[in-house]
Amino acid sequence: MSTPLTRNLNLNGENRTVTVPDEGEQLLYVLRNALGQHGPKFGCGVSQCGACTVLLDGQIRRSCVTPLRTVAEGANVETLDGLGTPEHPHPIQQAFIDEQAAQCAYCINGIVMGALGWLRQRRAAGNTTVPTQEEIAAFLSGEAEGSTLNYICRCGAHVRIMRAIRKAAEVAL
Amino acid sequence: MRTAELTRRGFLAGAGTLAVSFAFAPTANAAPGRGIQIDDTTLAWLLLDRHGISIHSGKVELGTGVQTALTQIVLEELRLTNAEVRYAQGDTRLTPDQGTTAGSKTIQNGGPQLRRAAATAFHALLGLAAQHFGVPATQLVARDGSFSAPGNGRPITYTQLLARSDIVLAADPDAPLAAAGDYRLVGQSVDRVDLPEKVTARFTYLQDVRLAGMLHGRVIRPNGRNARFVSITPESLTKAQAIPGFVDVVQQGNFVGVVAMTEWAAIQAAAPATGIVVVWEDGQPLVAQDTFDQALRDPAHHYRTVTEVSVGDVDAALSSAAVTTQASYQTPFHMHAAMGPSCSIADVRATPDRKTGVQVTVWSGSQGVYALRNTLAALLGLTPAAVHVIYEEAAGCYGHNGADDVAADAALLSRAAGKPVRVQWSRQNEHGWEPLGPAMAHDLRGGVTDGGIVAWEHNLYTPTHGSRPNGSPGTVLAGLLTGALPASLPTSAGNSGGRNAPVTYAFPNNRLVARLVRSFETVGTTNQPEAPLRYRFPRTTALRSLGGFSNTFANESFVDELAVAGGVDPLELRLRSLDDPRALAVMEALRDVWTTRPTVEGVGAGLAFARYETEFTYVAVYAEVSVAAATGVVRVRRVVVAHDCGLVINPDGLRNQIEGCVIQGISRTLKEEVQLDARGVTSVVWSSYPVLRFSEVPTIETILIDRPEEPAWGAGEPAINPMPAAIANAVYAATGARIRTLPMTPARVLAALAELTP
Repeated sequence: MSTPLTRNLNLNGENRTVTVPDEGEQLLYVLRNALGQHGPKFGCGVSQCGACTVLLDGQIRRSCVTPLRTVAEGANVETLDGLGTPEHPHPIQQAFIDEQAAQCAYCINGIVMGALGWLRQRRAAGNTTVPTQEEIAAFLSGEAEGSTLNYICRCGAHVRIMRAIRKAAEVAL
Repeated sequence: MRTAELTRRGFLAGAGTLAVSFAFAPTANAAPGRGIQIDDTTLAWLLLDRHGISIHSGKVELGTGVQTALTQIVLEELRLTNAEVRYAQGDTRLTPDQGTTAGSKTIQNGGPQLRRAAATAFHALLGLAAQHFGVPATQLVARDGSFSAPGNGRPITYTQLLARSDIVLAADPDAPLAAAGDYRLVGQSVDRVDLPEKVTARFTYLQDVRLAGMLHGRVIRPNGRNARFVSITPESLTKAQAIPGFVDVVQQGNFVGVVAMTEWAAIQAAAPATGIVVVWEDGQPLVAQDTFDQALRDPAHHYRTVTEVSVGDVDAALSSAAVTTQASYQTPFHMHAAMGPSCSIADVRATPDRKTGVQVTVWSGSQGVYALRNTLAALLGLTPAAVHVIYEEAAGCYGHNGADDVAADAALLSRAAGKPVRVQWSRQNEHGWEPLGPAMAHDLRGGVTDGGIVAWEHNLYTPTHGSRPNGSPGTVLAGLLTGALPASLPTSAGNSGGRNAPVTYAFPNNRLVARLVRSFETVGTTNQPEAPLRYRFPRTTALRSLGGFSNTFANESFVDELAVAGGVDPLELRLRSLDDPRALAVMEALRDVWTTRPTVEGVGAGLAFARYETEFTYVAVYAEVSVAAATGVVRVRRVVVAHDCGLVINPDGLRNQIEGCVIQGISRTLKEEVQLDARGVTSVVWSSYPVLRFSEVPTIETILIDRPEEPAWGAGEPAINPMPAAIANAVYAATGARIRTLPMTPARVLAALAELTP
């Protein structure tokens, strides 16, 4: 039996209310279907690829394995949709444009959101250095300290993606 | 991007349009001058009007950047450096049938035609300007969208010239083209036009398209390729019906799907733990994965043997060669494994629209919307004109993946539900059921005399690499599952399983024999499927470079083996065996890095060369690896690619494609292998089908040999071909162990190291 649930969320700075018939519905589908977000992507549904990544109260989360019932009332949800616009991109988005760091770009949502969350967390922990390529690679491969989440790019834009994250860290952090 | 604002007939409605028809393939009915058929479906269009410039193209953007490169080509000929160009693509009611967007052929074939169309438009404008100023065209200067006649009044813009007339032209094959020396945009690393929207989530991918009143569908696949539907358990149906938003379960033969009001309800209804449970009966088992090497070579699985190359007397040359050697190679089934699982929306109506006659509208990421249209029409028992397929960009595809299959799934579910239905495959659907790149096997023999290759024989064994939709319902899964038979198997290896099997080297005695492996039971020894359909091997199709990946692995590994056997440097042996200056140039471009390769313990470097389709782009690759003797882990540390695809349109876009080939090539060489049991694919998530991680990516250097006076050839696939052999040759250099079977997993490398005599 499914239990309905209503949640108030702060989505990209706006208060939004959603009601779902089943509290087990994953945040990914709530964001994409009820809240009209294009950023979070369905990639695997089992937290193995990263396409669905969002920031939940500042934490990197795989929205495909985050049931709405586990999302706190009033939680802050950040998606790629809320960062910047084509006319005024966020610095990390600008870095991806500058480095032409994509091919099909389906993976870019998750990589940008994950990297943003990671860079912010580093800074919050007092680390103000620009991460090295090895650190960036380790983060994206789920091999960094405290992070086991792997990000997949199937087109092979890896080198550019790592350059873009480094550039974003240089200019914005 | 749905750019349906123009229709073929519609664009002449307002004054001030310059329309140039052009064909991507030569066509007889494109007579120059007025009076051509404006709705001729064999032609594409370049339009200039007061709203700007539009291209109506049957070739589609698949995430590789061709939209940007084609835009550069158009603007160059129009003497513009910056203008927005709208790109209407892949729409069976709006754009022409230009076949499949595949094979690295969009820039190669589409680019020159588009260039001539733009040049035709420019010279028409030039003529109008000459009339306007009353001076010869040669006295006019074109700059940034206007013409001026020095000392002869104010400039006049293209738009002002067009405001006075409508002009319809056929692309003039003899229209003078901008000289290579004058290029301002072509040859420049222009930024991708689509990335700002994509990195800010403003872009609407196919997966983001939502229609009013749309339902959500999910498919439930059989538990085996040859399994048969028995029943849906009544208790599971009751459970599914209690899911809020559940609409229906649809079963037709072995095709089963669910439809619901919401995506979450559809997911719940399709999962056995929360919804429908189907009982299946096992069918004929597939050939066992651990026997593929023998099975591919087993005549019982061959339906045809084709001699594709026969030069000189190979047997005599082998028996008289100073040194001979032989080797066998194997590659596994690979998957496209798109980041975004296949998706489609279908809107199947009970009756055709009275005005348009369209009864079915389908939004799809297909590489060939017309072939899909004809296939869906046959599946649904309608005429092709009743089906409208609209391309929407999905995740990168790398060939024929599940994009067409899911459209047919959506069509069957929409027809049953009477509403538009969006079907999103799960990851398990995608990994488990997408058509695969086939496993292949190769046996080679060769002889060396006086440091030159005098004999060469390649026997290859391949299932089909071509099962794209062709108008027959059996070319999509929904058709197969509802009882249609697949298309007949090909009668030659050709530029498919045989792609890049013929070498570019000028060997005096050379034989290539292809044995074609039957994927399913056929009628006797023919290539025709036998009913009921029973697979021996999984369904296979076009995956990036088709047979070129495996054939080049075998060929270029074996060149290395002959170099070792003959005591010749691998670079020198290749240079001696090539007589084409452009082939020699890409090899020579690697000389420095080759001669300064590291000589550290456990590190090695390898070379490989291939000319794409033995006819187009030249690629030479240097790969440097380290091999950990204790673990068997191969790491590719550095890759240098020398690449000649003729005229370079966009160097950065080209580098992006080459880097993609390198990384996907390493991934397929070191890690990827579809896992199968007697029923079907068992590697249905990323953890069981691992691909290269960010931490495993090497430094990549690209040496682009630009040839502005030569045609521009495709670059989406050529550089993947030499990757596996360059790595294998590097592993040999590092360890003395020759890995002849992919992927080069740690276990396989350790086994090879253990076999080395100390």
